[in-house]
Formats: sequence, structure tokens, C-alpha cells
Amino acid sequence: MARFIERHPAWALIVIIAVAVLAWLVFAIWPPGLEAAIGRKRVFLNAALNGITLGGLYFLVASGFTLIFGLMRNVNLAHGSLYLFGGYIGYAVSTWTGSWILSFIVAFIVVALVGVILQLAVFRRMEGQDLRQTMVTIGLSIVFADLMLWAFGGDFYQVQTPSWLIGPVQLPLLTAIKSSGEPVYLQYPLVRLVIFAASVVIGIAMWLALNRTRIGMIVRAGVDDRDILAATGVRIQLVFVLVFALGAGLAGIAGVVGGTFQSLSPGEDTRFLLASLVVVIVGGMGSIPGAALGAVIIGLAEQLGSVYIPTYAIVVTFLIMVLVLALRPQGLLARR
Amino acid sequence: MSLLQSTQFRPDPSASTTRRALLRAWPEFQNPAAWLVALILVIMPLIANGFFLIEIFATTLILGVIALSLMFLAGYGGMVSLMQLTIAGFAGYMVAVFGMSGNANISLGWPWWLATPMALALATLFGTLGGALAVRTEGIYTIMITLAIGAAFYYFTNQNWAIFNGHTGINTVATPHFWGVDWRADIAFYYVTLGVAAICYFAVQYVSRAPFGLALQGVRDNSRRMAALGFNPNAHRIAAYAFAAFIAALGGVLQVWNYRQISPGSVSVGACIDVLIIAVVGGITRPIGPFIGALIFVLLRTFALDVLIKFGLDGNRFRLLIGLGFLAIVFWSSDGVIGLWERWRRRNSSSTRRAGGGRHG
Repeated sequence: MARFIERHPAWALIVIIAVAVLAWLVFAIWPPGLEAAIGRKRVFLNAALNGITLGGLYFLVASGFTLIFGLMRNVNLAHGSLYLFGGYIGYAVSTWTGSWILSFIVAFIVVALVGVILQLAVFRRMEGQDLRQTMVTIGLSIVFADLMLWAFGGDFYQVQTPSWLIGPVQLPLLTAIKSSGEPVYLQYPLVRLVIFAASVVIGIAMWLALNRTRIGMIVRAGVDDRDILAATGVRIQLVFVLVFALGAGLAGIAGVVGGTFQSLSPGEDTRFLLASLVVVIVGGMGSIPGAALGAVIIGLAEQLGSVYIPTYAIVVTFLIMVLVLALRPQGLLARR
Repeated sequence: MSLLQSTQFRPDPSASTTRRALLRAWPEFQNPAAWLVALILVIMPLIANGFFLIEIFATTLILGVIALSLMFLAGYGGMVSLMQLTIAGFAGYMVAVFGMSGNANISLGWPWWLATPMALALATLFGTLGGALAVRTEGIYTIMITLAIGAAFYYFTNQNWAIFNGHTGINTVATPHFWGVDWRADIAFYYVTLGVAAICYFAVQYVSRAPFGLALQGVRDNSRRMAALGFNPNAHRIAAYAFAAFIAALGGVLQVWNYRQISPGSVSVGACIDVLIIAVVGGITRPIGPFIGALIFVLLRTFALDVLIKFGLDGNRFRLLIGLGFLAIVFWSSDGVIGLWERWRRRNSSSTRRAGGGRHG
């Protein structure tokens, strides 16, 4: 942190000012002039919270994508299909057993198994041929999309939110003060907060697993140089399978999450593939903290954009990607 | 060898040198199969009726032109760009926006000879800018960035009502009418597409042998060495994107004239990927590949339904068939149908040679 400020004083100043402005926007009671200019504070806070929680979902999808890329140099363009498949599995399990938690576990296991099969049957045969692997994932995504359309049809599905998570919760954030002097606090859906908290927990767990365990050490070494790692006697194929299973399983969990607070339908696979592409390009390929930062930035840009400039929301996301590519082509938090 | 023959048969030296130069520049002129294909394509309106002429052959040529631009980038530049269809769609939208269409509140109503060059110029600019962005990264990153550009454009056309008219798109786009000919009538339109496709094909063939194309292939093979030789790799790449964007834009203009409407569905991510499939299935080492791929794709798309139903299967599983076919091609041949054909021919010729050698021995 201190080194960053020393090396890039101008950027550090911009970041500090941006954080200060954001903090003021969130905690202060807006003066009437500001409310007249950009609308109610409640709208802004809702959009910001929606953006952050959407960022949590994006992080779940993109972290698996970036992990697989970082270790195996495999741009898995079928990642969106794994997401949608996980969502459908979660939907089927939750309607069948009625248990929301169980649907997560089953989706994780089933999609991770699909990932294991993919790695063993397909990608292992064409190791080192990046372009060919990517083409194969494109073909697989077409096949998966059509198989899922066959099995589930074109309808919208929504995973049932469990009863203990339904309903809003009051947050300690002031939105306004009534004329009687009574403070008004923000109401926000509990389920989104819980899901966001869960994705933060998963992110921290992944960070700990990567940085504090032996397996994590092996994975990090593999990201740096997998040939040398293989030469030291690590069974690298096993590590590949494990990482692919974990990445795919995370996409499966994300599918259930997405199915709970949005909906599942054909086309969602492409949407989330695009989201994870942009998140990973912005954050930096192969970097978990980068995926987290990129996810929050993209989620916020999408939600704030769709509230304040509705017809150009996607352009904001795209402009962020262009800016990052122009200033730092390797992504914000990538090392190289 | 050709030198010997030509001096024997044609004593006039200047004529023979020009002929040789021509043959070296265009080896396909020596190939009888190429002449046969060209002849069949030219007399096609005598053979095929309106449905086959437009739905199969004109559509094939249009898709082939768009895929040709991808083949140029991927084959000679080593850059797999998924945004070629987006550029084509952009050109189509521009034709609809500047020209005349059913949506009078959006279209500016320019005549076609003004709207079309405008659309081509803007689409080329769009493709060049996208290329300038994409060359900042290499290899598989290019796929990701161009896919992101394509997807962003698709969602943008869906959201934007002022220019792109949201998800309904722009309908009943006017097509050119001049010299007393309706150029959208079946036969006239077929010849327009055939002419454009031929020009694009020979342009790509020519550029691939011109100094620029050779330098581009050098950049593909070893950009560091080319940089050391004094070439600017990124400038060559961006120029390649510009050239490919112009070809894709031509395809896009033809496409919007063909369907007379354009909507976000025409520039969806699936359609972008279809162009990649066409180029890869046909083969990305030669300009003829995309046209072969396009013919296979169009035939499958048109007839898969009937064939599948005939075999008692669900006709809606056309995309499954395409996906599986694509997977098979990627698995077994790195160079699409052309690669399979060449491998088959080589095996045949080597086996006949072996047989011949045996007889001599």
C-alpha cells in the first residue's frame, strides 16, 4: 500500500478522493440540491448495493474461469454453460427436495464432475495447444446449450428462495430524514446480502487455500511455471483435474445463486460468459484478487449505469474494459 | 519447368514473361477445377431456381465473404477475431440507418450510392478501432477481447432505441434500383454477390502474396524478428484488421440487402461464433476454405431439419449437429475440410506411387 502511494502518487490521490466521495455519498444525508440533480439517495444506495451483490455473483463465476486459465492456459468458453447447467441442477434439486442448501451441494458436485470429465476426456489430449482447446470449448458450449435447451426448454426458471431468507432487512444506512425528524433507514432484500456474504467467504477461503496450504502452493507454482513444477515430481495432471473440478463447481454454485436472485433461461450462459470475460480482462487473467476487484467494478458499473444512463449501461462496462486495455493491457491486478 | 515449356511453344519473349508473371501471381488460373467451379457459378441461374439461388448460393457467398475476412486475419495474421460478424452487422445497420427503410423516424433516407460507401467507411473504421484495441494483447486473449466487443455490440443494439431501434431492429430496408434493374431480384442479386465474393477472394489472394501480406505472415510467425528487421508488427496487424473489416463490411451490406431487415439477432454472439465455425470447418489456411465451410453450414442449416425428421429424430437439434460436427473437425483435422481433403489426396498419391514403384522394381 505504502509502496503503491510512493510509486504512483497521482493515482493514489485519485483513488483516495474517489473513496472519500463514495463514503460521503453512502453515509451522509444528501442535500436537496444533489437530490434534485441525480435523484433520491435511496435509488443510489439500492443501485450500489445491487451492484456490489451482483459483483459477488460475477466473482463466483469469474474466479473459476480465471483459476482454470491461470493454471492451464485454457480459455474455457464453455464456462457459461457450466454456470447455466449448475443453475438447472440446483433448480431441479430444490423443487424435488425443497432444500436450498442441498441444491448448492448437489450443483457443486455434479458440475465439478462434468469438469473432471472434460479435463480427462478432452483437454488432457490437447495440452499446450491453446487455440485448439479454446475452439473445442466453443464447440462444447454450442453442444451444451442445445442439450440444455432440449432438456429444459426455453422457459424461465427461478430457484425458490427459502422462507427464512425472504423479505427485506433494515440496514443502518440513512436514506433521508422525515420532516418530523425521524430517520429513514434503507430496506434491502436479505437473500442478496446473505449471498454476497457467502461469496466473500468463498473468496477468502480460496485466498487462504491458495496462499496458506500445500495444494495452494502447488497451484501457485503451476501458474508461474508448470513445466518446472512437473519436473519437480508433482503429479501435475492430478492438480489440473482438481483445479478444473473446483473452477467448474464454483460455476455450478454461481448458477444456483444466479437462479435464486435472477432467473435461468437459454442465453444466460452467454451473458455470464461475457461477464466473466470482461471481469477477468479488467482484473487480470489468472489472478483471484483481480477477479474480485473486476467483479465489483463491473457489477457496480452495470447497476449504476442501468439506473442513471439506461440505454448506454453496456457501453459503460465496455468503456471500462477499453480503458483498462489502453492503460494496463495485462489487467489491473495481474503481475505481468 | 513452366519456363522451358513456354519458351518452346511461344518464342515471343515479352509475351511469355508477362504470361509467366501472371501465372506466378495467380496459380489458380492453371487449375482446371477452378475454371470448372467458376463456370458453374456463372451459369448457376440456368441450373438453380430462385430458392436455391438465393437461399443456398447467395447466402453461402455472403457468409463466405464474412468468414473470408476472419480467415484472412486468422490464417495470415494469426489473430482469431470473433468480431467480424459484428463489423458486418454494423455495416448492415449503417446501411439501414443512412439509407431508406420502413422505420422512417430512424433512417435518414440517403440514396443507396451515398449510404453504402458511408456504411463501408464507418464499418471499416469500427473494425480498425476494434483491431487497434485487440492488438494490445496476443493469442487467445484476442479471442476473448473480440468476443467481448461482439457481445457488447449485441447488448448495445438491444438496449439502444435511438439509432438501432432496440430488439425489433430495422425492417424493410430499401435495396438499390438503377439502370432499370431491381438489384434485389433473384438473378441480379446473385450476380452482385458472386461479383463481390470473387473480388474479395482475389483481393485476399493478391494481398497474401503482396509485400504487405508476406510481412503480415512474417509477423504471425515471429513478430520479434520482424520488429528487429524494421517492420512495425502492430501497424501491420492493425492494417490487416482494417482490410478484413472492409471485406466483412461488404458482406454485411450484402446481407442486409438479402434479408431486407436487421435486428440484434443478426449480430448475436451465436452468429459471431457461427462465422468462426464456418471458417474453421472450411479451413483457415486458404481463401477458398471459408466458402466451402459456408456451403456446408448453409446446407446443414437448410436441410438438417428435414433430414433429421426423416430419420425420426427431433428436427430442432440442428445446432447440436453443427456443434458436434465442429467438435469432430477440431478434434481430427487442424485445417478443416481442406486439410482432410489434402491428407486424403496425399495418402492416395503416395499409395499409387508406392504401387507404381513396386511394378518398376
